[in-house]
Amino acid sequence: MTLAIGPGPSTPTPLRFPSPIGGIAGTSFKHEHLKAILADGPKRGFFEVHAENYMGAGGPPHRALDAIRRDHPLSLHGVCMSIGGPQPLDKAHLARFRGLVARYQPAMVSEHLAWSTHESSFFNDLLPLPYTEATLRHVCAHIDQMQEAIRRPILLENPSTYLAFTETTMSETDFIRSVAERTGCGLLLDINNVFVSATNHGFSALDYLADFPLSRIGEIHLAGHDEQADDDGEPLLIDSHDGPVADAVWKLYEIVIERCGPMPTLVEWDSRIPDWPVLQAEAAAAQAILDRRGTAARAEDRHAA
Amino acid sequence: MSAKLAVTTLVLAGAMSTALATFAAAAPLTKAEADAAMAAKKEKCFGVALKGQNDCAAGPGTTCQGTSTTDFQGNAWKFVQGGTCTSIDLPNGKKGSLKPV
Amino acid sequence: MPPEPISFAAAFAPALLDPTRDAPQIVTGPNGKAAGKRYDVYRNNVTVSLIDALAAIYPAVQRITGTDFFRAMARFHVRGSPPTSPLLFEYGRGFPDFIARYEHAQTMPWLADVARIERAWLDAYHARDATPLAPAQLAAVAPERLADLVLTPHPAAQIVCAEFSAVTIFAANRDSAPVSRIDASTPEDALITRPGFDVIVRHLPPGGAVFATSLAEGRPLGEAAASALDASPDFDIAANIAGLIEAGAFTSIAFGDA
Repeated sequence: MTLAIGPGPSTPTPLRFPSPIGGIAGTSFKHEHLKAILADGPKRGFFEVHAENYMGAGGPPHRALDAIRRDHPLSLHGVCMSIGGPQPLDKAHLARFRGLVARYQPAMVSEHLAWSTHESSFFNDLLPLPYTEATLRHVCAHIDQMQEAIRRPILLENPSTYLAFTETTMSETDFIRSVAERTGCGLLLDINNVFVSATNHGFSALDYLADFPLSRIGEIHLAGHDEQADDDGEPLLIDSHDGPVADAVWKLYEIVIERCGPMPTLVEWDSRIPDWPVLQAEAAAAQAILDRRGTAARAEDRHAA
Repeated sequence: MSAKLAVTTLVLAGAMSTALATFAAAAPLTKAEADAAMAAKKEKCFGVALKGQNDCAAGPGTTCQGTSTTDFQGNAWKFVQGGTCTSIDLPNGKKGSLKPV
Repeated sequence: MPPEPISFAAAFAPALLDPTRDAPQIVTGPNGKAAGKRYDVYRNNVTVSLIDALAAIYPAVQRITGTDFFRAMARFHVRGSPPTSPLLFEYGRGFPDFIARYEHAQTMPWLADVARIERAWLDAYHARDATPLAPAQLAAVAPERLADLVLTPHPAAQIVCAEFSAVTIFAANRDSAPVSRIDASTPEDALITRPGFDVIVRHLPPGGAVFATSLAEGRPLGEAAASALDASPDFDIAANIAGLIEAGAFTSIAFGDA
């Protein structure tokens, strides 16, 4: 079976910067919802998909994505490029990604500050990395390579993590800022990830946001999480994407929107997927915040950022 | 040509014409009739949700599923609940079941 | 650039699928707190998400064995054979063979073939789109050239040969209706196609698998029919041609001896 989506253009094309879609709330696209989405007709919003699920050669996945893409902006969210790992990126995977970007012309393309492949094993999880000069060099080289392959900048997402590395020498926000400055990539701020990591590592989410290079944000993620306990019985939050967005995360979101103005905002929901109206209502809640807080903030802050 | 049983042009032409007649008929065969012609049972499987999806959600957290080393040896049959295997008869007349081997 | 001699990834990865190993020394909780349960979160994510992937790819196998048995069996396979592609829909190609060898599945000798049909189903689902061969193209072939006719297989078309009634068992267990008693003793070969967007699994008649496989391998129609008759004297050429064309098993025709 051939997995190639089709070759990208062989002649180099300049990096493309698609026009930003602005303060619109969107949702994960799940095939379970296709019928309901199409029945609704074109609506304000956008859809985000995990790129890998559309890297087959043909069949129903592409038909569904074609149908969605016809009426809505699309965000292509990679989950396994393994940008954060020390080993070279998978060239075949880069080629597949480039084919998908060329085919669907997404409004946004993003990947994670994480790794998932070691040697030949793919672990299917967003694994953490230490923040050091050495890992910074690897991450920057990988992002350069990916942006070169797809001929446009990506948005890099901050991770949710459950542990730290003894060898870490810099803060996550410093690391991410350096990556953005060196590679020219944009950032995807996952506010649930900030909240999850802040709880798990005992830092202040507000301090993290104060240190985060907000001017580089091109998209925001919101999602639900689960609460469990660590070795000492302290709360350990799990980035489960299986329920509504927590109140504390909504609060942080309002603060971010006040500071950086309207931003494309995605409500992620990947497990225990609810009926379409439930997911739609979460996106509507984000849209209400964007509409209420964003308009006022934009006038004051956006150009200053 | 194969050393096996030869299939003559005449036989092939006749077979093709019979086969094509099923498509050329003014009233095309219904699915059921086509299946009968195929002596086949057909199962349409509609996949609504993607199977084997990549996603970026975290799993069950600190539960013991990833760390369990429970030895499955010899007690597999205890785990069987609600499987349909007991409805499936083996060629030797026994029902399929999960028993210690 | 060369990777470091021992990278953090090389230290972090080995215990992910090996519960007998301790969490790596390089990780920590906040302020030096223990990280055992924290590392377990990653072990769980990896193990459970891969078992879930197998459950999604092999739903009939899971229904047959029940969830607990399936997950225990899948866990062995996940730990021994993690994915080598980042595309999860590619995962589990070795699972049918694993099932065939799995000690506790020996009383279900049909199970591996049901799994093979499920794996073929997913490959057909993701296969390249192609328009199936129209009967009119065959009608235009002169009778004396039929024996040399070569057919190009559709990208989604696959054949699974089974010693037991794998198609019937597959069909009953991919459905949500109750499973009535099934006699597993009749060998059933499966033809899996996707002429449009729906994957269709059919049970091939006697000789049908030999015929379809020969054609898919590029052997001319006359030879394929001879092989099928050789394998099964009551092989019905007309019914099998009609069935394969109707199923969308081929996309185009050519001639072997030009």
